[in-house]
Amino acid sequence: MSDWQQICRVDDLERERGVTALVHGQAVAIFRTHDDQVYALGNYDPFAHASVLARGIIGTRGDVPFVASPMHKQAFDLRTGVCLDDDSVSVPAYDVKVVDGTILVGPRKASTLA
Amino acid sequence: MIHVRKTLVVAGHGMVGHRFVLAAIERGLTETYDIVVVGEEARPAYDRVALTSFFEVGAEALSYLPDGSYEDPRVRLLTGTQVTGIDRDARQVTLDNGDVQAYDALVLATGAAPFVPPVPGHDLDNVFVYRTIEDLEAIREASKSAKAGAVIGGGLLGLEAANALHQLGVQTHVVELAPRLMAVQIDDAGGRTLTRHVEQLGLTVHCGVMTELIDAGADGKVDSLKFKDRDEPLDVDMVVFSAGIRPRDALARDCGLAVAERGGILVDEQMRTSDDRIYAIGECAAPGGQMYGLVAPGYSMAEVAVDALLGGPGTFTGADMSTKLKLLGVDVASFGDAFAGTEGALELVFADAVAGVYKKLVVSNDGKRLLGGILVGDASAYGVLRPMVASGMELPENPEELILPASTGSGAGVTLPDEAQICSCNDVTKGEIVAVVADGQADDVAGVKACTNAGTTCGSCVPVVKRLIEDHFASIGREIDRTICEHFPLSRQELFDVVAVHGYRSFDQIIEAHGSGRGCDICKPAVASILASQFNEHVLGRNTAALQDTNDAYLANLQKNGSYSVVPRIPGGEITPEKLIVIGEVARDFGLYTKITGGQRIDLFGARMEQLPAIWQRLVAAGFESGHAYGKSLRTVKSCVGSTWCRFGVQDSVGMAIELELRYRGLRSPHKLKGGVSGCARECAEARGKDFGVIATEKGWNLYVCGNGGMVPAHAQLLAGDVDSETLIRYLDRFLMYYIRTADRLQRTSTWLDSIDGGLDRVREIVVDDALGLGAELEAEMARHVGSYVDEWRATIEDPEKLARFVSFVNAPDVPDANISFEVERDQIKPQLSSEPVTLGSHIPVGAPTA
Ligand SMILES: Cc1cc2nc3c(=O)[nH]c(=O)nc-3n(C[C@H](O)[C@H](O)[C@H](O)COP(=O)(O)OP(=O)(O)OC[C@H]3O[C@@H](n4cnc5c(N)ncnc54)[C@H](O)[C@@H]3O)c2cc1C
Repeated sequence: MSDWQQICRVDDLERERGVTALVHGQAVAIFRTHDDQVYALGNYDPFAHASVLARGIIGTRGDVPFVASPMHKQAFDLRTGVCLDDDSVSVPAYDVKVVDGTILVGPRKASTLA
Repeated sequence: MIHVRKTLVVAGHGMVGHRFVLAAIERGLTETYDIVVVGEEARPAYDRVALTSFFEVGAEALSYLPDGSYEDPRVRLLTGTQVTGIDRDARQVTLDNGDVQAYDALVLATGAAPFVPPVPGHDLDNVFVYRTIEDLEAIREASKSAKAGAVIGGGLLGLEAANALHQLGVQTHVVELAPRLMAVQIDDAGGRTLTRHVEQLGLTVHCGVMTELIDAGADGKVDSLKFKDRDEPLDVDMVVFSAGIRPRDALARDCGLAVAERGGILVDEQMRTSDDRIYAIGECAAPGGQMYGLVAPGYSMAEVAVDALLGGPGTFTGADMSTKLKLLGVDVASFGDAFAGTEGALELVFADAVAGVYKKLVVSNDGKRLLGGILVGDASAYGVLRPMVASGMELPENPEELILPASTGSGAGVTLPDEAQICSCNDVTKGEIVAVVADGQADDVAGVKACTNAGTTCGSCVPVVKRLIEDHFASIGREIDRTICEHFPLSRQELFDVVAVHGYRSFDQIIEAHGSGRGCDICKPAVASILASQFNEHVLGRNTAALQDTNDAYLANLQKNGSYSVVPRIPGGEITPEKLIVIGEVARDFGLYTKITGGQRIDLFGARMEQLPAIWQRLVAAGFESGHAYGKSLRTVKSCVGSTWCRFGVQDSVGMAIELELRYRGLRSPHKLKGGVSGCARECAEARGKDFGVIATEKGWNLYVCGNGGMVPAHAQLLAGDVDSETLIRYLDRFLMYYIRTADRLQRTSTWLDSIDGGLDRVREIVVDDALGLGAELEAEMARHVGSYVDEWRATIEDPEKLARFVSFVNAPDVPDANISFEVERDQIKPQLSSEPVTLGSHIPVGAPTA
């Protein structure tokens, strides 16, 4: 199993919406923001205990891009996975790169492995 | 010990008698007493205060007991039966049907009767009084052939009767003996202002004239009135007497109970007459020798009497007779010592003859205290002034500011003491209101209403409540921020207007022009809703898909484990056996949990997101559409079975509910919307617990608005009565669109109504009277919605681009998300929750190549 897994084309993603991908056996939420940045977070909402984050609304708080869980609206920082409403809670964030228009999801970001 | 039940007889089933019985049931008096209520009128108690609305809403809407009996089986009600005598020694009453009823305790609640002066001709045909529904029925009948009519008596009730005659299309004259209208409440100058208002409406006022004779024509009916010292008779075809009321104390007099000098059964502070087994309450009673012609003191007396019968300490020691009302559309208020009867009292007067406003304050000799006042034409200051009198607080420097127009008439700048009573109907003080706001229990009028009951009865204190809340927030430096979120410095209504004015069609346009950042879970759905109300584009269209909230985004209801429920639309709750079978088959084939909902539908739970299109496909093929059980939109219009089957129904409630549900389906709004249609006043559809409720009458429909169930239930209130189907729909179109335009985000109709200055009256002006001239525009907006409605689910399954979103994993569309799993309970599935994400393991085949 490679560390970087190919998911789909960036163009397959609508701006400011998420999709779920199966990465390393896990449900991972992939988001494309309005400025064409791509982020990947674990899809599992630790508050609601359900695999749903990809279905949330994307926005910004100040400069922070976030997704609001569709369950109870807790916001998670797209860059780090840290919950903006309760920083003791976070979801995994994954490294992402786009190569020739294809999205690749890599390992879990070091900063979120605490 | 043998426990012998006692018997309590109530004579009279009017407003106060009814209130007595309710309090008796609630406080457990029926544990020891069987109650027999004897009422002379043909029908159970009804809202006499709202009597005039009988012409609009009919008898059933006014009734307090449409079923004709109390739920407590220990209370027996005899209507159409009169108590004819009291035998105090035998402790029994005789009834006009010949029966005798024994009592252990007797409560007299016989009310009052209109006073008809012994003018010759007062007993002619076409001479009426204004007290019961039967009186109004007779007046309506006579008005059909009458051209002109006179109301004798220009007091409160007389003006109300005059208004009714006027509305029935009769050329109306008001004849008053005193030199002015409403002589008991207001002074000469106030009376003149009121007269001008009344005459502008096309009525004729004759003050200071005494009626000497009611003359009959050849047919024995009224033909003219003759006045003292006036040669010209007044030609009228009907006469209504409204020259005051007299307590109905004859039963008490005949059995030797003490009565007051000016009439009324004498009672002590616990409502006991001179016979301590007999109580008297309401307008027939005279506590301390004084009778009260208003309902609120009567209600207090009823509560006190129940308390006394239970051995409690409650007493009645008088009542505030301040009044504020709208007569013929004119605000009139009178409070405290309105006539400056206090020694040395001074008067401050503001009058604007052009605007038709007259305001007077009565202040103490030293200018320090407010003693009373009169307001005509603009009574907005009443809410602040009345508590100032009651609390005896010191007046501000320049008391005239309280009534000058510059101060907006709301007493701006006055600080009431904490003990000032703000809501006199429910006895709520300023201190209590501020406390619930300071505690964080409430931060708006609706919240204060829920916590304290302030403003829930007559509503005249609502503007003051609102100001107290604002003042409190201002004092702690908290601005009441009505902006929608950090991205827009606008309220929802402002945002709505901005979109309408500029014709924006996408979130990007709006946020670039009026906002900052990239939006959030608050403003995006709000913008989606606003765009939907104005353009009705598909919720998953290019411009709107990314803005949709949880359920709208997938056109189904997200459940706790990430699966969805689907609720096929069943308009009005009517469904064929074939369609029922289809629902069963779909549920069975997809393994869904089924449950009947409160909105007369069937909810199918446990669908995975990727299964939704296939489920919709099956439903569409069978002639269904899926339904909105989600989203800030119309949910259902619930109905009872109505006149088609029901023995009691008077209109086809199912047909109307279907029409309304199909008309308003898909309508996006600030919060969810629910409707109901009942086929008769029994109200089996619980329509008054809905945002809009329609209740059938003999002549058409009554339209109620702004009710809801839920955490803080609210009863819908009557917006229009006895309208035909076409008018009903026109009013509903306007009402709903006006709400959609002006409400805050997540503000349901009931709280929206509370936030509107002028409340229901204002909404009625806009929707029914079309005072702002918005009617046609609102109707056109609704017509556009109706015309552009599409079945969202069908459109989705027919569009590959939209359909592409309904997959479990973009890179593994055939693999279901293992985080969603079920177990079985009572023969159906239920969600199984895991406390951690479930790993699928790397052996699962994935659809895209791995690098
Ligand atoms: C048009 C109108 C508008 C009004 N507006 C207002 C207002 O805005 N605010 C306000 O506070 N008040 C208002 N009132 C007054 C209010 O209606 C009365 O204060 C209230 O109804 C008094 O209640 P009650 O039970 O004492 O008398 P009622 O409601 O009159 O009830 C007495 C009942 O006893 C029955 N009865 C009498 N004798 C017998 C007997 N011997 N045997 C059996 N039954 C008997 C009568 O038929 C009647 O049904 C208004 C009244 C009218 C008519």
